[in-house]
Amino acid sequence: MVKKIIRIMTGNDACSEAAIVAGCRFFAGYPITPASEIAEVCSQLLPKVGGKFIQMEDEIASIGAIVGASLAGVKSMTATSGPGFSLMQENLGVAAMCEIPCVVVDVMRVGPSSGIATTPSQGDFMQSRWGTHGDHPIIVLVPSTVREVYDLTVRAFNLAEKYRTPVILLSDAMIGHMSEKIEIPDKSEIEIVNRKKPTVPIKEYLPYSTDESKVPPMASFGDGYIWYTSSIIHNETGFPATAEPKIATELLDRLHEKIEDNLDDIIQVEEYFTDDADIVLIACGSVARSARSAVDKARKEGIKVGLLRPLTLWPFPEGEIKKMKKNKKLFIVCEMNRRQIYHKVKEAVEGSLPVKYINQYNGKLIKPLEMLTKIKEEI
Amino acid sequence: MTEAVHVIDRFMRIKHLPHIWCPGCGNGIVINALIRAIDNAKLKQEEIVVVSGIGCSGRASGYVNFCGFQPTHGRAIPFGTGIKIANPDLKVIVITGDGDCASIGGNHFIHAARRNLDLTAVVFNNSNYGMTGGQYSPTTPLGAKTTTSPYGHIENNFDICELAKAAGATYVARSTTYHINSTIRYLEKAIKHKGFSVVDVICDCPTLFGRFNKLGDVTQMMLKQKEQAIQFKKAQKMSPEDLEGKIIIGELYENTQKPEYTNAYQKIIEKAQKEEK
Repeated sequence: MVKKIIRIMTGNDACSEAAIVAGCRFFAGYPITPASEIAEVCSQLLPKVGGKFIQMEDEIASIGAIVGASLAGVKSMTATSGPGFSLMQENLGVAAMCEIPCVVVDVMRVGPSSGIATTPSQGDFMQSRWGTHGDHPIIVLVPSTVREVYDLTVRAFNLAEKYRTPVILLSDAMIGHMSEKIEIPDKSEIEIVNRKKPTVPIKEYLPYSTDESKVPPMASFGDGYIWYTSSIIHNETGFPATAEPKIATELLDRLHEKIEDNLDDIIQVEEYFTDDADIVLIACGSVARSARSAVDKARKEGIKVGLLRPLTLWPFPEGEIKKMKKNKKLFIVCEMNRRQIYHKVKEAVEGSLPVKYINQYNGKLIKPLEMLTKIKEEI
Repeated sequence: MTEAVHVIDRFMRIKHLPHIWCPGCGNGIVINALIRAIDNAKLKQEEIVVVSGIGCSGRASGYVNFCGFQPTHGRAIPFGTGIKIANPDLKVIVITGDGDCASIGGNHFIHAARRNLDLTAVVFNNSNYGMTGGQYSPTTPLGAKTTTSPYGHIENNFDICELAKAAGATYVARSTTYHINSTIRYLEKAIKHKGFSVVDVICDCPTLFGRFNKLGDVTQMMLKQKEQAIQFKKAQKMSPEDLEGKIIIGELYENTQKPEYTNAYQKIIEKAQKEEK
């Protein structure tokens, strides 16, 4: 019989604790509101399990250090908010290009620039997809509750390891600082994924040679394999191969395909009263909490409303939205930004049904009643 | 087979040669010195990781036959920091240029020095950005002509060794590509040193910096290194006026007493685990 552990904790604390359960043994970060508590808790907990914490000189260095630690075989994480997330973008590209697993937490606050440091936003939805330059794959997860911060932090590490890619956890100022009662899952119930290691003799190891999984086995610096990796377009030896367009195409296609071939494994959405709904709200993160409440209120008044909530924001759950549009009359996209996901939803429905929006980007949460008012306006 | 060939066979990736550097470039001399220093230090191939930035020197991590990583411009030190802290048994050598180290990566450089993290930074200091066409760098001397200072340079230059020392590095040396034996010796000492070590190697870029400043051919530029070099001990007795235009070479600073970061962190782990019990 597994003993239940119930605790009251904040989203930021849940993130740090879950990371350690997922196997994280290195954290590098730089103080920033509203994410600093993740670093503080890691500085306290990591050495207890033999892990390491370092406060770097800036966010550029923080993500550099976690990528380095991962190359040496240690699962690693950093946490920041908008301004720091912007600084991390170039080195996030290194993790994508060199296929180095790591987890980046962005506790979103109002932007652009310094914005409002202490209030939530969903203004980094598009930056989390396209922040670093060039065509790159990315996985982005968005939790709605403290328990989900816990679960998705573990999942972020697992996906990073499985697909050798950086994974971003998009929390926000509300979820990060909010305390909720959560049941901590027992360690025996938590699946932990570790990266695939090479089994070939040391001299035969080609660091970017793959099988049909398109995810190459990864040696660690220091484990005996002598290998090289470059952020420059490289061939399967890891060395620059910029004069060969065929190699550039093959590499970039493979980087995307290792994600795109596994959408069923990567994409998670939650449906709430969608079966008979005429109107479906599409919302994620803290906004989905209001949306869920709005659905309950509308249902009480006899209005058939449901909620589609992406837990995986990128790759975008286009297929799930296409499936959902059958027999529906209207989608309403609710976001704490100026319509970032709205356009993706419109693209997915291909004009087959109207798509409306509710947006607020001033640091205040969208209230369920505001959503209900919008729903009533549309019927 | 001579000993020299043996080192090259072991520590160079022969099939990746010839290198991409211009004829007369000093970078080849520095990697030659580096692999000999590693050999003299009796380190094994698998104990070493070389991380480099972007720029002409950035390619060096691929020519030497160790675990290697070439991430972004100026950031080799933070990536190396993560590698070293994750696995303190590794000897992490950072190859960087003057722009990579002291301009875009300047903040990382001083903070790694401040922490006294056990990394060795080898600076390929050629006074300009070679890869991008010879623009001025933080070590370009006053008055020099580069593609972005066509009327002469008006900014003061950094002395990378003084910067490292002031920031907290615990082994600091400077040499030139002319003084090859000292370069090998200082690199060996830096690699063996437990703490943040810096070897600033003055090397020539005849194709760009040399040509724009009419410094003559490669041989003339190398001889100029010899003429300009003043041993540290001798320099201490000279006036600032006499040292104008000179390159102070030698072991400029060494401190073996200051705690090294990964050792200090290991004590933190022990403390945290003791409190846990």
